[in-house]
Amino acid sequence: MRHLLSISDLSRSQAISILDTAAELAKVSDTPMKKLPTLRGRTIVNLFAEDSTRTRISFEAAAKRLSADVINFSSKGSSLSKGESLKDTAQTLQAMGADAVIIRHGASGAPARLADCKWMSGAVINAGDGTHEHPSQALLDAFTIRKHLGQGRNDLDGLRVGIVGDVLHSRVARSNVLLLTKLGAHVTLIAPPTLLPVGVESWPVTVSYDFDSVLESLDVVMMLRVQLERMHELFFPNAREYSRYFGLNSARLKALHPGAIVMHPGPMNRGLEITADSADSARSVIVEQVSNGVSVRMAILYLLLAGDTSIETGI
Amino acid sequence: MNTVLSAQDISRALSRIAHEICEGNHGAQSVTLLGIPTRGAHLAFRLAHLIESIEGAPVQVGTLDTTLFRDDLKLKAPRALMATDIPSLGIQGRTVVLVDDVLFSGRTIRAALDALGDLGRPSRVQLATLIDRGHRELPIRADFVGKNIPTALTQSVKVKLVEIDGVDEVSVSEGAPL
Repeated sequence: MRHLLSISDLSRSQAISILDTAAELAKVSDTPMKKLPTLRGRTIVNLFAEDSTRTRISFEAAAKRLSADVINFSSKGSSLSKGESLKDTAQTLQAMGADAVIIRHGASGAPARLADCKWMSGAVINAGDGTHEHPSQALLDAFTIRKHLGQGRNDLDGLRVGIVGDVLHSRVARSNVLLLTKLGAHVTLIAPPTLLPVGVESWPVTVSYDFDSVLESLDVVMMLRVQLERMHELFFPNAREYSRYFGLNSARLKALHPGAIVMHPGPMNRGLEITADSADSARSVIVEQVSNGVSVRMAILYLLLAGDTSIETGI
Repeated sequence: MNTVLSAQDISRALSRIAHEICEGNHGAQSVTLLGIPTRGAHLAFRLAHLIESIEGAPVQVGTLDTTLFRDDLKLKAPRALMATDIPSLGIQGRTVVLVDDVLFSGRTIRAALDALGDLGRPSRVQLATLIDRGHRELPIRADFVGKNIPTALTQSVKVKLVEIDGVDEVSVSEGAPL
């Protein structure tokens, strides 16, 4: 594994090895000394051409806990906003000696372009590209589910996960479908037909348009953000109707079976896809997803940067 | 391949080391055994069992993975992390006995010392190893040695333990270690 571009590049055993590594690294976060010397002297660039809070600071915290140097680079306040091309930016980063680039970009496929080109030699980590994928988010979601419901197993065999809402625009949903099914979970997508992508019938999932009818059967309810900024057409009549049919509220929360957990990749539109009392309920693991994110991203950085990745080992 | 220690030899060596640890530390109340995965960890648990039967009281035992502190990470393929489990009393002010299967270059032990430094300040650190094969690259020595086996750099030493390999045996073979 030289880059992390898409969940589809990972084998099942590679995915499990990332989760196992994250579980060991999570223990370091519980000790007084949270810093490890492993990536000392390595330079990691956070290249964010699209806004982000969680992902960027989570990768930054992960890199710093492994003692790497971090350069943050966002489109606002850099030459990206002057129209500099991805190629010129990449060559600049190469000239500065970046060992890895963590890239978020509005264009699907931008990280793959960066990885395949000769513009730079470092590792490329996809931190969300357009409506394509967000692999580190899916890995931290799988890590969180395994921790709560895995019962000591290393996979998610037999767990039933519902992914609810704006699947069409969601890179989180795409990565999660690939990863969770790879780990043995059964995924149901719950959304209005307008918010499901073309070709969803070929995905390894069940599709439902009726949230209430599948609610009881779910072990995990993963709510997606309604991505208003990517909606240039009308996808549902109005926000109230969307909330009534596809929002998580206290009545639906009660209908879940005991032990089921509620997730959301953030940022939340409170009141639209999830009510405040559901987001803050005891079943919600939304805040924990963020802290698990740091451990999972440390694992990704460790596995991509610490060893000599030109030697294939299947990790 | 040449077998240098049989199952009985290993068991005798471990029980001698267990006695030496108790003798050198006036009992085992202040001792914390930390095994270096994978085989060192199993040896640490065996030693803990032996010390408990000598002293009549349980001894603190855990595991310490040194991977994140190694100086040769970049030279080898990415490797998975092993478990680190520090026992309940921690290592602050304790006599930590590191346990490994083979002492060779000393680099694993250097990494272990760095890892310990981040976890606390032991009052003393000692080293127990089943095999000392020589060829140190750092000024490190063992306090408790099962057997000294002079080797050439071209040879490799293989420790097999029942817990992992189904048999207790130490052998030396030609061909450099991987």
